[in-house]
Amino acid sequence: MMKTLFRILAALVLLAALAVAGIILIPVQRTPPSEALAAGWTPAPGAGEYAMRAGDCLACHTADGGADFAGGRAIESPMGRIWTANITPDPETGIGNWSLDQFRAALIDGLRADGAHLYPAMPYENFRMLTERDIRALYGYFMEEVAPVRNPVPEPELPFPFNQRWGIRVLNWLTLNHDSGFTGTMGDPALDRGQYLAEGPGHCAACHSPRTVYMGQDGITADDPAFLTGGHIESWEAPPLRGPQSVLREWPVSELAALLATGRNFRTTANGEMRLVVEHSLQYLSQDDIIALSRFLKALDGQPHDPPEAVAPMGPAALMPPEADAAGAATEALLSAVSPDMPLGARLYVDNCAACHFSTGRGSPEIFPALQGNSLVVSDEITPLISIILDGAEVPGTAARPMPLVMQGYAGRLDDAEIAELASFLRRAWGNDAAPVSADEVARIRREDRPQTR
Amino acid sequence: MARQDPKKDVVIVGLGWTGAILGMELAEEGLEILALERGPGRETVPELRYPEMIDELSYGERHKLMLSPRQSTVTIRRNLQETARPMRKWGSFLLGNGVGGSGVHWNGQTWRPQPVEMQLRSHIRENWGEEIIPEDMTIGDYPVTYDELEPCFDRFERVAGISGIAGNINGEIREGGNPFEGRRSRDYPMPPLPLTWNGVKFSEAARAMGYHPFPRPGGNASTSYVNEYGMQMGACNFCGFCERYGCYQYSKSSPQTTILAALFRKPNFSHRSGAEVLRVEMAPDRRSATGVTWFDEEAGEEVFQPADIVILAAYQIENTRLMLLSGIGEPYDPVSGTGTTGKNYAYQITGSTSLFFRDEHFNPFVGSGVNGACIDDFGMNAIDFGAEGFIGGAYISSAQTNGQPIRSMPLPDDTPQWGAGWKSAIAEWYGHEMSISHHGSVMSYRGHYCDLDPTYRDRHGRPLMRITFNWHPNELRLNDFLRGKIETLAAAMQPDLVSHSYKEEGAQYDVRPYQTTHNTGGTIMAATPEGGPLNRYLQAWDKHNVFAMGAGAFVQNTQYNPTGLVGGLAYWAADAIRRQYLPNPGPLV
Repeated sequence: MMKTLFRILAALVLLAALAVAGIILIPVQRTPPSEALAAGWTPAPGAGEYAMRAGDCLACHTADGGADFAGGRAIESPMGRIWTANITPDPETGIGNWSLDQFRAALIDGLRADGAHLYPAMPYENFRMLTERDIRALYGYFMEEVAPVRNPVPEPELPFPFNQRWGIRVLNWLTLNHDSGFTGTMGDPALDRGQYLAEGPGHCAACHSPRTVYMGQDGITADDPAFLTGGHIESWEAPPLRGPQSVLREWPVSELAALLATGRNFRTTANGEMRLVVEHSLQYLSQDDIIALSRFLKALDGQPHDPPEAVAPMGPAALMPPEADAAGAATEALLSAVSPDMPLGARLYVDNCAACHFSTGRGSPEIFPALQGNSLVVSDEITPLISIILDGAEVPGTAARPMPLVMQGYAGRLDDAEIAELASFLRRAWGNDAAPVSADEVARIRREDRPQTR
Repeated sequence: MARQDPKKDVVIVGLGWTGAILGMELAEEGLEILALERGPGRETVPELRYPEMIDELSYGERHKLMLSPRQSTVTIRRNLQETARPMRKWGSFLLGNGVGGSGVHWNGQTWRPQPVEMQLRSHIRENWGEEIIPEDMTIGDYPVTYDELEPCFDRFERVAGISGIAGNINGEIREGGNPFEGRRSRDYPMPPLPLTWNGVKFSEAARAMGYHPFPRPGGNASTSYVNEYGMQMGACNFCGFCERYGCYQYSKSSPQTTILAALFRKPNFSHRSGAEVLRVEMAPDRRSATGVTWFDEEAGEEVFQPADIVILAAYQIENTRLMLLSGIGEPYDPVSGTGTTGKNYAYQITGSTSLFFRDEHFNPFVGSGVNGACIDDFGMNAIDFGAEGFIGGAYISSAQTNGQPIRSMPLPDDTPQWGAGWKSAIAEWYGHEMSISHHGSVMSYRGHYCDLDPTYRDRHGRPLMRITFNWHPNELRLNDFLRGKIETLAAAMQPDLVSHSYKEEGAQYDVRPYQTTHNTGGTIMAATPEGGPLNRYLQAWDKHNVFAMGAGAFVQNTQYNPTGLVGGLAYWAADAIRRQYLPNPGPLV
């Protein structure tokens, strides 16, 4: 009896060992090109840089103050800290010795040139949809147009078992089983272009789709029901881009396009990671592409998606701030009365915030974001809201809206209890309905490393 | 031996309104441009940020945004016999400093001159004859007409984001606007701001007397605004911290909110702060400039910056001084009346009546720089100079710009200046006062001028600018006339108490109390080289590649705040440089 049990156990251990050995030792497969391009095919001038912008390679692969694409930016993954790779053509510390096939495999299979697996902070699940044309253009760009920079990047700081790169192979069996390349399903060339930008290079799903239990993206393409229904990135909530909870439902295509191209629109401004996406990627896309992307997102949600004539047209234009609506009337009345015995949170709002965001809580178009119905204000993730009150916020200047919009921080002016009162007020004002914030929570966020908001 | 930097196509001296305008216009031609700014760099955040900016002691009283007199100041005298003394604390006017210049710390009040003000001597000759012009009055016609400048005024108002309501669109008089203004090709780009209670009361009283009240136009945004560069303003909240302050919330028209971030994106434009220009350097034949020498604050050394075109875009006082220091135009001599550089310095005359109402609450802390109702029924084009015995005009307004506690505590006459009596008067009257004031023209005179001070020098050893100016009986008669109109209006409003602040007959210029930073003339534009150092395109007659912007070009001052005309002339000159000078460099007239 004991002997039989032992034999079964031994067989299981052997099988497991064989499986692990297989996972580690069986050579990885590199997915072939999704399109066979004619011999002598070359990308149009500038196509590689444009694809780099669309893929937002620069933002992650450049450290603060570091050389472009030389890597070394820390990514706080759920498993630990990872440093982004040097993707300049430096032969020793970058990708200068990589072949086209090795480069493609990094993008669509998540494989390093040596066959080791990349951590899924690299959005290869999404880049798997890149066209072969864009991959070739990118390869040409990185090899020929980017200056080589010698910059060794440290290994990730991950605990066991996450420091075993072979484990990712198992993950990829679960997550990376979709076809490479892109085929549009929207039935309209412009919408298909938008779909490509969203699914592929734009890798919107990396933040805006939920995650499965094994950390893969739950919703990679337009066909997936969970695609872009909201997710998280570090301590930020990446709001849903479709469905009844999506603020995009209230935005015409032109305003969605304005936010993407300039980081600001009639209601809100881009914060957190999205601010960086606007700064490094979206502001460089053509007007046609921004419109295509915006229309696709609206069409995906079954909303009207007629194309606007222009994205963030230049002025002169006078844009009237909105009046308070029914949901905001009571709060506006409270703030306008400025009674000496008004609650502390409301008083702090009058003294510190109302100048720009107004007693209506609806701000002023394209410059002061509305706080009423603002997904960041009412999010369960309170760290971004508290961080912005402490440190301020900044929307970068873009070609169409050159002025950086900067909100100063209040860390030196308000204490933890005051910020808790103020934040709790914001989360209940003008019809907002979110749980209060405690002084202890503010103290914790003030004490700890918090996300950069400017 | 001065350092020499690589040559530029254009060097701009000063990065305020006109430096920013010329920078943008010429950058669009693809020229390589360097702007040199004497003061520090300034952005809305951090330099102008809330709440640090609304510190009345630092900024209102101690002039933290202004030029430090220790770095450079002016000397003042009232006539040729006096010895000028340096101003060691700003008073009558405030000289700006730093990126954005005076465009950072102004109120925003923006007007166009009247067409008759541009052709004033002709207007007088045709209606009354030149014999009514006092012998020592050196007024003239501007060598450019209102109609020629109209597109330039319009452009400036659209770039700068001006709120207001037009009273005259292509000759059609419109209800609610100023019916006495020159024709506009279209309305202001933003509607006017709402009036505070003083403005409502004033408007009612003025209307009842048959006058034509309208909200003051200016650069405080009434809505969100986007201009032609995509630059932006947000709606003003009437915080009451405009003049002497930078706007912490992007609501005031300034180079920062309307031009600079767009300009700084241009790869062919660069600028340096902490860069004081010492003089314009000349070619051996002295018929053109070769560039400028400036002091690099950071490196602590002089630098020669070669350039094909020199744009003087500093304030009126520094532009005049640089021209005198560099030998641009002949220095003006008030005795012989010869020479042109420094000629026709002028200013603004103001006076006001305070009205105290026990039962009214004006909430003076609710204010903005342009807030106020105005009437222009006593403007230049509405006054019979022959019958009244003076040449001039004014607009009358009831402003409410701020209720700041140190400097804005108007109290009835005979109130003690300190102590218990003062305290109880504050308790009794704060918030119960409104004022009505006039803003009048000042003509040019033979003895009012700018030259280099014979004694006082700046830290670089350069003579300070000396200003010789005094009140002339002509302006004091205008002031007296306006006082009568205001007192009648005030009496009709039946206040409980009034107090008056007007210059009396024989009054002399007092540099201590703040009046206006509307210093004009010194580098006037003229139809001939004998009339002024600049031609009608603001080009130096004797140095074809030097252009001087700003209110120094005003032949005589107008009855309005100067920035509208300054902005219009900048676009006028920029257009001439772009369309005429660049293809064919040389004298444009």
